[in-house]
Amino acid sequence: MDKNRYAIAVEKLTKMYGNGETEVTAIADATLQVQPGELVALLGPSGSGKTTLLTCIGLINEPTRGKVVIDGITVADDGWKNGIDLKRLRREKLGFIFQAHNLIPFLTAQENVMIALEINHLSKNEAKNRAIDLLTSLNLGHRLNNFPSALSGGEAQRVAIARALANKPKVILADEPTAALDTDNGKNVMALLKKLAVENRSAILVVTHDHRMVEGFDRIFQVSDGRIVD
Amino acid sequence: MNLAIRDIRYHRGRFILTSIGLGLLLGVVMSMGGIYRGLIADALSILHASKADIWVVQQNSNGPFAESSRMPEDIKYRIQAVPGVAAASPLSFQTIQVERQGKPFRFFLIGYELRGIGGPSEIVSGRDIRQKHYEMVVARAMGMQVGEKIHLGLHDYTVVGITGKIVSSSGDPVAYVSLADAQDIQFKKDNDAIRNERARVAANLADLQSLAPAQKNYLRQNITAITESTHTVNTVIARLAPGADLREAQERIRRWNHFKPVSDAEQTNLLAKGMIEKARMQLGLFRVILLVISAVIISLIIYTSTLDKIKVIATLKLIGAQNRVIIGMILQQSLLMGIIAYGIGYGLILLTYEKFPRRIVLESSDLQMLFGIVMAICVISSFVGIRKALGVEPAEALGG
Ligand SMILES: Nc1ncnc2c1ncn2[C@@H]1O[C@H](COP(=O)(O)OP(=O)(O)OP(=O)(O)O)[C@@H](O)[C@H]1O
Ligand SMILES: [Mg+2]
Repeated sequence: MDKNRYAIAVEKLTKMYGNGETEVTAIADATLQVQPGELVALLGPSGSGKTTLLTCIGLINEPTRGKVVIDGITVADDGWKNGIDLKRLRREKLGFIFQAHNLIPFLTAQENVMIALEINHLSKNEAKNRAIDLLTSLNLGHRLNNFPSALSGGEAQRVAIARALANKPKVILADEPTAALDTDNGKNVMALLKKLAVENRSAILVVTHDHRMVEGFDRIFQVSDGRIVD
Repeated sequence: MNLAIRDIRYHRGRFILTSIGLGLLLGVVMSMGGIYRGLIADALSILHASKADIWVVQQNSNGPFAESSRMPEDIKYRIQAVPGVAAASPLSFQTIQVERQGKPFRFFLIGYELRGIGGPSEIVSGRDIRQKHYEMVVARAMGMQVGEKIHLGLHDYTVVGITGKIVSSSGDPVAYVSLADAQDIQFKKDNDAIRNERARVAANLADLQSLAPAQKNYLRQNITAITESTHTVNTVIARLAPGADLREAQERIRRWNHFKPVSDAEQTNLLAKGMIEKARMQLGLFRVILLVISAVIISLIIYTSTLDKIKVIATLKLIGAQNRVIIGMILQQSLLMGIIAYGIGYGLILLTYEKFPRRIVLESSDLQMLFGIVMAICVISSFVGIRKALGVEPAEALGG
C-alpha cells in the first residue's frame, strides 16, 4: 500500500499513560488511513481513547509505539522521529477544532484567524485579507471585530474553524466540534466541514459521540477500549 | 500582530491599575534620588554663592560647615597680604530660631563685610545692604517682604532686599546682615550681663595685692576689652588673583598663618561626601528596598497573568506558534508595564517636586539610570512567567 496517498496514515499505534501500577493503555494497536478530501468520524463511548488518538495524530501526544505519517511525512515511529519540528508541522499541515472553541479571548474574531497566519510567516496584510475572506465565507463578515465573549457558540465555533483552515492544512482534526452547539448549529458545522473536505481536499477527522451528527461522514471508525473495531 | 498589546488592551483596567501602583512606587524611588541630589545642591548653595577660592578656617578644623571654626576677625589682613590673594573677607555664620506669626522660624544668618566678598550673590528685589547696621537681605524662601522688620538679639532689623534661592546645608533659608550686626547678634550681652561680668573681673583683680592700682586698672580694661570683644568670625574667604596658583597660596596660608586653607573643591568634598554621606546611604538603601519590592511586584503580576493565560499559551503552542511568540508576549508585557509605570512615576514627580519642603533635584543621568534598572528588573521579573509558559503543554488547550 502506498502510504503517500494518504493524508493520515496510522499503523499499530499504541499509547500508554503513566507507568507501573498506574499504567493505562489508552490506544492499542490502532491502524487507520484517511485520504485527502475524506470526512471521517471516530465514534465511541467516553474513555474509549478517541481524544488520545486524535492528539497522537495531531502531534500533541507522543505515541508510545507505532507509526504516524502525515501527508507523507513519517512523524512518529515508536516515538517521535529524531529532529522532527512538531510546531512547524502543526502550523503548516494541521488544523485543530475543539469542543470548547479555544479562541484567544483578547483577540477579535479577525485577529484570532490572523494569528494562525502570522505565525506561519504571512505578512500582516496578507493575513488580514485572508482572515476577512475566510470569515466572510463562513458568514461572519459582520463579526470581524467582535471578541469571542461577544460571539454565540455557533459563531465562535465557525471562527475556530476559520482559524483551523487558515493555513490550508492537509489535515483537520476536530474533537467534538458540535458538542457545545444545538442541533441546527451542529448540523451547519458538519455541513461546512463536509464542504471544506471536498473543496480543499483536506482530510478531516472528527471525534464525536453525538449520534445526531453521524450522517454525512464518508467513513466511521468505531473506537472501543482503545481499539478500532470498525 | 502584537499579542502583548492586544492582551493589555483587553484587560486595560487591570493593567492601568497595576501600572499606577507601580508608578507610585517608582515615583517615590525617583523622589528619593531627587532628595539626595537636593541635599547636595542645598549643601553647596552657600559655597556657590560665596564664590571663594579658599576657605581659611581654624587650624585642625574642617570648618566652617562640617565642623565649627572660630578665629579673630583681623586675620583677614594677614590673608589679604598673602601673595596671590586678590581679596579676603571674614564671614560669620549662625543658625537663628525665632517665633514668627506664632510658629518657629528658622534661618541661617550670614554676616559679611559690606565692602568685602561673600555677600548675597544676587538681589531679586529691593537692594543690597547699604547701612552698616540694622539692615537685612533675606532669601526668597523666608517669605518676608521688603520693609518687614524682625527682632534679633537686642535690635530690630529691616529687610531691604530679597536674594534668590540659597539655603544652609540643613536646608534653612539664608539671611544676610553686616558682619558687625551678625557679631552683635551672636555675642553682644545685654547690659545686666555686662555689669555682672565687669564686677566679677574687678573683684578678682581686687584680690591681687601685688599689683599697683594703675596696673590693676590697665589690666581690668584689657580683660574687659577681650571678654566684651565681638570680633570673632567663623572663616575668612579668599579669592585669588587671576593666574595665581591655588596650591602655593594654600601652602603659604598654612605655613605662615597657622590656619587651615580649605580650597573650594575640598570644601565641596567635605560637604557633599562627608556631611551627607549618611543621608545618601539611608536614601540609597531605601531606594534599593523599593526597587526590590517593585521587582517582586512585577514578577508576581507577570506570573499571575501568565497563569491566567495558560490556556491561551497552550492554544498558541497547539496551532504551532514559535517559542519566541510566547516569550515575546510575556516580555513585552513586562517591559510595557515598566515603561508605563516609569512614565506615571515621572509625571507624578514633575507635578509635585516643587511642593516638597526640601529641594528635589531631578538629574537626567539619575533618571536614565533608573529607567535602565527598571527595564532590567522587568526582564528579570518576566523570567518566572516565561519559564512557566515554556513548560505549558499544547495538550492543555484541549480540556474544556
Ligand atoms: N493525560 C492522561 N494521563 C493518564 N491517563 C489519561 C490521560 N488522558 C487520558 N487518559 C486515559 O486514557 C483513556 C482514554 O481517554 P480519552 O480522553 O482519549 O477518551 P475519549 O474517548 O476522548 O473520552 P471522551 O469521550 O470522554 O472525551 C481514559 O481511560 C483516560 O482516563
Ligand atoms: Mg475526548
